[in-house]
Amino acid sequence: MTMQAIGKPHSRVDGRAKVTGGARYAAEFNQPDQLYAVVVGSTVGLGRILRIDAGAVAQMPGVRAVISHLNAPRLAYQPHKGGTDPANGERLHVLQDDQVRFYGQPVAVIVADSLDHAERAAAALAVSYAGETPVVDPLDAKVQPVAPQAGRAGADRSRGDADAAFAAAPVTVEASFDMARENHTPMEPHATIAAWSGDRLTLWSKSQFVVNEQAEIAAIFGMPAANVQVICPFVGGGFGTSLRTWPHVTLAAIAARQVGRPVKLVLTRRQMFHTTGHRPRTLQRVALGATTDGRLTSLIHEGSGETSRYEQFVEALTSTSGFMYSCPNVRTRYRLLPMDTGTPTFMRGPGEASGMYAVESAIDELSYKLGIDPVELRRRNEPAIDEAEKLPFSSRSLMQCYALGAERFGWASRDPRPRAMRDGRLLIGWGVASASYPCFFSPASARVRLLADGSAEVEAASSDMGPGTYTSMTQVAAETLSLPLDKVRFSLGRSDFPATPSHGGSQTMSSVGSAVRAACLAVQAELAKRAVADRRSQLFGASIDSVEWREGRLSRKGDAAAGPSYSELVTGAGGSPVEAGASAARDAAIAKQYSMHAFGAVFVEVSVDPDLGLVRLRRAVGAYGAGRIVNPKLATSQCIGGMVGGLGMALMERTALDPRDGRPVNAHMGDYLVPVNLDVPHLEAHFVEEQDPHVNPLGVKGLGEVALVGMAPAIANAVFHATGKRVRELPIRIENLLDV
Amino acid sequence: MIAPTPITLTVNGETVAAQVEPRIHLTDFLRENLGLTGTHIGCEHGVCGACTVRLDGEIVRGCLVLAVQADGKSVETIEGLSDSGALDELQAAFRDRNALQCGYCTPAMLLTAHELLARNPTPDRATIREHLSGNYCRCTGYQAIIDAVEIAARARAGAKS
Ligand code: FES
Ligand code: FES
Repeated sequence: MTMQAIGKPHSRVDGRAKVTGGARYAAEFNQPDQLYAVVVGSTVGLGRILRIDAGAVAQMPGVRAVISHLNAPRLAYQPHKGGTDPANGERLHVLQDDQVRFYGQPVAVIVADSLDHAERAAAALAVSYAGETPVVDPLDAKVQPVAPQAGRAGADRSRGDADAAFAAAPVTVEASFDMARENHTPMEPHATIAAWSGDRLTLWSKSQFVVNEQAEIAAIFGMPAANVQVICPFVGGGFGTSLRTWPHVTLAAIAARQVGRPVKLVLTRRQMFHTTGHRPRTLQRVALGATTDGRLTSLIHEGSGETSRYEQFVEALTSTSGFMYSCPNVRTRYRLLPMDTGTPTFMRGPGEASGMYAVESAIDELSYKLGIDPVELRRRNEPAIDEAEKLPFSSRSLMQCYALGAERFGWASRDPRPRAMRDGRLLIGWGVASASYPCFFSPASARVRLLADGSAEVEAASSDMGPGTYTSMTQVAAETLSLPLDKVRFSLGRSDFPATPSHGGSQTMSSVGSAVRAACLAVQAELAKRAVADRRSQLFGASIDSVEWREGRLSRKGDAAAGPSYSELVTGAGGSPVEAGASAARDAAIAKQYSMHAFGAVFVEVSVDPDLGLVRLRRAVGAYGAGRIVNPKLATSQCIGGMVGGLGMALMERTALDPRDGRPVNAHMGDYLVPVNLDVPHLEAHFVEEQDPHVNPLGVKGLGEVALVGMAPAIANAVFHATGKRVRELPIRIENLLDV
Repeated sequence: MIAPTPITLTVNGETVAAQVEPRIHLTDFLRENLGLTGTHIGCEHGVCGACTVRLDGEIVRGCLVLAVQADGKSVETIEGLSDSGALDELQAAFRDRNALQCGYCTPAMLLTAHELLARNPTPDRATIREHLSGNYCRCTGYQAIIDAVEIAARARAGAKS
């Protein structure tokens, strides 16, 4: 009997800690003698600091330091770019000069002996500026689009002649889309506690990428990475905002060094809208040409996204347009819009979520023009291979997703005419859209220790912002070692653990999971090697090829008798733990042979109140082809959470900037709307059976992102079906629908 | 007024005497002064519910109550309610249904659900949604939370019958 830990709906192993308040997040590692730091942000959106009146504030009760560019240490800011940092440009150098590049940029940090004293002093600090009006609106004529220098997505791609084909097409759709800036708004604010001991620095810091935070802080301070330790066992939601090391981490470290004591710095909710990244606002144009029987002849997708003046934030806005549909003539174009704002960053489903909103909306529009059901239209244009890369898909179950989703949703009974379905006075709309996200697999490492009691300790730097890294890695180790789950203890969130890639891009299961599996196999190999060489072992003298692991016991091949267990082997060898580490990475040859993506189909029903313009989501079904599902209970939960993120994108989330100074005017949770319990109807997430031997050794494709992609266009399409009005901006708000 | 003020209150059954700054709210007091970090801070202004605690038996938003206002009162937090077993069925159901991901909203969600079940032992799903709508969760999509509260309600009813 194998353990079969993988594929089972185990309850999360960190559940007890989280339901009792025992899980400790970054701000909850208070240190002895700790002081408190509060950031002072710029109140102009562009310009120069003229004066900082630190003297008066320094005399206030409890204040230990007032640090600004006037007295901050000059930091090394050595070059460093981790996988989640923009490839081009240079990060903000905090408190190094008098320049203000965007509203809310940190201009000072106050350290005091209590939070109250620090807040008082921060509020009292007088800073005067020579301010200018920043450019913060992508539609501002002063914005100069630039081609990105490099990044995940090639800027411009073309096959065939898309413009000529569009001009010649008998049926066309052409539409422009405007998607709002979003802020990740996790429930836990960013927080860092910094403590120096001589030249060594420990940071308890909210991070989805502790090894990069270690490397980044080391580079900023010009110190060896080995002298920086980053600790983050729990992340209270991230969605991408903790992928980079933002200026507050540096500020906490500066402050702690200045006062010679540990310092805690927690961003306020308002500051979470200033300097910790955001999903960029995007402007897009899609032009489709088709034959009258619904074959695409042209697909043009042009998009641009906001970035800062000092870094090029690049996301895969147009990349799925090359392979979602079979089409001989495709042209994509991607530009950046540098403005006076902080640098955006990856937010759940980065690029794909925004880009597919536009294209999936346009495809829907085309379906009405053609009089072809939108599911059928997608079926008619389903490609056999990735026509952009001219590679087969490692697996692609999009049509199976549509079949499963349509059946669960009851799509067949849809009246295709807009405004035809009603519930009393409410207009009802049904909409559908595709989802896709790439299957990343980045180099990762892990280590395993087998203890004398027969249990295993597994470690990887990694992170768990909620999806269940603790649980899924425990399952992978338990399965590989044939141990029960409670004999495995998986630890993460320390930069001195084996390095892993960022906890983003839906690659944790594939990358860290593969590394954990490899490390388990390595520790088994190590133990076997020792057993056959150890005179005290019953397997002494056997050739290494003649033994094998069966059900956690080292047995002779062909011999039904079970050999010694982990506990017996470790104890027999003296009892010291046996440890091994291993790494995993994608086979470069396979990467060249296959196009690897997860796919999904999302079906939704909305109601629109014709008098109030109010849209409500009434139900949704998501069907996903995401390879092997390691834990159906956690996976379903992750998908439903992602769908609700897409609901927020469709109907609520929007960071609005004051054009006069770039201030986010709704920088708090009262006015930055996110879905609450009453906004969410019955949701279903289903998985199609999919085996993909190519993506990674575990056959997993990742779920976190694909679950959000597709939801917003499905809702927008349903709003059209309900009302007959095509809204081409997100979020769709009451004011968009007052005339329906 | 910035001078520390003496207060005496009961926290999870134990008497606590402290000098507190008048501006410090109850949640910061619990977290920073008493180390009771199971109560979280999300929005800082009464919107998200992450800071929920019980004050003289009623749930309140700890970010909207000053620590000095708790003088003479009894405060219960997730730590105390967990130890007492008051949340057993809810905690078991939350774990079983995966009604949490990052877990940051969870302690407050449990306290709010506990209050609902105390008032209405058999709420329907719409009632649960309504009651929990002041507690934000950015991760789970809420559905499993509703499931868990329903299951816990049934478990409590079963335990009593
Ligand atoms: S922190 Fe108190 S309600 Fe959000
Ligand atoms: S579980 Fe993360 S906010 Fe609710």
